[in-house]
Amino acid sequence: MATAIAIGAGVAVLTGIGAGIGIGIATSKAVESIARQPGAKGDINKALLLGCALAEATAVYGLVIGILIILVLK
Amino acid sequence: MENLTQELLDELECKTAFTIPVAGGIPVPVSVVVTWIIMAVIMAATLIFVRNLKIVPTKPQTIIEGAVEWLYNFLGDIVGENGREYIPYLGTVLIYIGISNIIGVFGLTPPTKDLNVTAALAIMSIVLIQVASIRSKGVKRWIRSFAEPAPFIAPLNVMELVIKPLSLCMRLFGNVLGAFVVMELIKIVAPAVVPIPLSLYFDFFDGFIQAYVFVFLTSLFLQEAIEE
Repeated sequence: MATAIAIGAGVAVLTGIGAGIGIGIATSKAVESIARQPGAKGDINKALLLGCALAEATAVYGLVIGILIILVLK
Repeated sequence: MENLTQELLDELECKTAFTIPVAGGIPVPVSVVVTWIIMAVIMAATLIFVRNLKIVPTKPQTIIEGAVEWLYNFLGDIVGENGREYIPYLGTVLIYIGISNIIGVFGLTPPTKDLNVTAALAIMSIVLIQVASIRSKGVKRWIRSFAEPAPFIAPLNVMELVIKPLSLCMRLFGNVLGAFVVMELIKIVAPAVVPIPLSLYFDFFDGFIQAYVFVFLTSLFLQEAIEE
């Protein structure tokens, strides 16, 4: 049973893949645009942070679900 | 595995600090007590720093003025001209969450690790957003705003009333708890020097970023709600 729970929690945390890819793409684009237009740094930073927060939310949901699986099924 | 599960359970539990012996006993959770401590510190700081304000500022006053101005510029940019009256609330939440997230360094339990606290903050945010929307648009246009941009989107807009605070609340709680769990795991693997730089990242950087993100998203929703 413990093995199954551990596997389930591990699968839930796979949501981190999506968040990682998303934040990576967002950051690479932000770096590109800052290099092109250093003047717009402030606005780009704000948009980047918003995007990262939203992308990261999925990873956090995965974490919450992983913890719930460990706690509820233990 | 068993130890970790037990520890997680302990951390998730809202511990009771003491019980008020009125009407069969009202339990007061630790997070409330820590919030009181934070309130006392912020209150004391404000009282100390606003004493003897001068037209030509002295050194501490310059720093405080700079900080307040930064806060007004930063939040004012997001909420726009119409939302300037809500900046004091947003600033207070920013300072409160920022201090709560790093208070673990001083040996107290961060209140934001209690799901009830983050849920309360998120509910306050959504109530503020809707009230601000009613105040700026009037009841009729507020109701009509649910059917924008197209009427068939209305169910989604109503669902957003629940989804927005839920995601705000879960994001803050999950991040604080996640940082905590990762730190615990690192302490198990390497109890000595290694946790120090990581604690800088997880406690300070992540704590401030989450406070920033919470307030940033709230003010973004607010701006969306009151725009003409």
